[in-house]
Amino acid sequence: MQSFFDIVWNARFALLGGLGWTVLISVLAVIGGSLIGILVGLVLSFVRGPVCWLVRIYVDFIRGTPVLVLILASFYILGTIGWKLNAVQAGVLALAIFCSSHVGEIIRGALGAIPKGQTEAAKSLGLNFVKTFVLVLLPQAARIALPAWVNTAAEIVKASTLLSIIGVAELLLATQEVIARSFMGLPFYFLAGAIYFAVNFGIEQLGKALERRLAADTR
Amino acid sequence: MGYTLNFGAVWRDIDLLWAGLGMGLLLALISIAIGAFIGLALSFVLVSKSRARAFAAAYVSVFRNTPLLVLILFTYFAMPQMGIRLGKLESFVATLALYASAYLAEVFRGALLSVPTGLTEAGLSLGLRPWKIRLLIVVPIMLRTVLPSLSSTFISLFKDTSLAAAIAVPELTYYARKINNESFRVIEVWLVASLFYVGTCVLLAMLLRLAERRLALPK
Repeated sequence: MQSFFDIVWNARFALLGGLGWTVLISVLAVIGGSLIGILVGLVLSFVRGPVCWLVRIYVDFIRGTPVLVLILASFYILGTIGWKLNAVQAGVLALAIFCSSHVGEIIRGALGAIPKGQTEAAKSLGLNFVKTFVLVLLPQAARIALPAWVNTAAEIVKASTLLSIIGVAELLLATQEVIARSFMGLPFYFLAGAIYFAVNFGIEQLGKALERRLAADTR
Repeated sequence: MGYTLNFGAVWRDIDLLWAGLGMGLLLALISIAIGAFIGLALSFVLVSKSRARAFAAAYVSVFRNTPLLVLILFTYFAMPQMGIRLGKLESFVATLALYASAYLAEVFRGALLSVPTGLTEAGLSLGLRPWKIRLLIVVPIMLRTVLPSLSSTFISLFKDTSLAAAIAVPELTYYARKINNESFRVIEVWLVASLFYVGTCVLLAMLLRLAERRLALPK
């Protein structure tokens, strides 16, 4: 009977590969989702009329749907409408859309929290909208949005485990495959949980350190 | 796109979806009830100066940073190897309740800190024992303050019940997947499932907001 550590050593490439996929999927989803989310937040804050309503419906619809439903829908529907995406791509797309709705709300809130005086000062200096946004509003919004954004990033890492249900070989599925071969469910689920905990705890601490750095010059 | 919409397959099995929705709401309700009790006890430990505070903080950290799917699979597949064999529903509810308790502990902790200390002092001057002060004075006030966060946690938990489909609990996502696999009407079934979730979340949000307004502390 092999010991737990023997099996971990033998399966080290599968598990490390799974962890690599988890990190890659999370990073892609967070970056993609954040870029779309900034656009969403911009539209919700500054655009009026039908475009704003459509974006509002998009955000509310995505936020009201569980992540698993988004992932399963993305996995099954995209093939039917002719988009040949494999499981990983469909999963990253679903996670990115999920992220974009959350980031959109965060950016909208952050932009709303910036005093109007800032925009007025920028106008009086003759800055156009793009310059105002990039030089004045975005830095301040980023500082306000940082805690919630870090939280969303951690949520995405946790949601990446759901991709195991559509067969993506990320850490959880890799762990389950090792369990299926070795029948040692308890230590391996514990190991998977510990790794995810370590990753998210790390993200949380990084976020707190970043916050402290950014807040330093406002005191 | 050679796909024609045909909702017939979904309408035929709509009862399954309603049953799944009911199951989801039931699971969320039971979990938040149990989770609120545990979370309340934890929050008192977190605001106290006892040495158990570190353990409570560690508990909260573990449950907030570990993915819910890993916790669910651990409880259902790994715990039997420790001798604790729970059925699907029991293991899911236990997991979700503990998960909820960690989030609620943080929520309650913030609310407890916001209750003015003068009230505790008034209780002490009346000769009430500490536990009576907490039960009769602090908790009722804290409950009024905490209702908005409690509502949003409940809505989140309802969306998290979709993960029960991973261990084949007869819940909305599970039935949607079943209909998807049997009829291949991918767009229809996932659209309807999403609408069920979004609609329920919107309704819950409205109902809970009404309740909040009724129970809010007079300004």
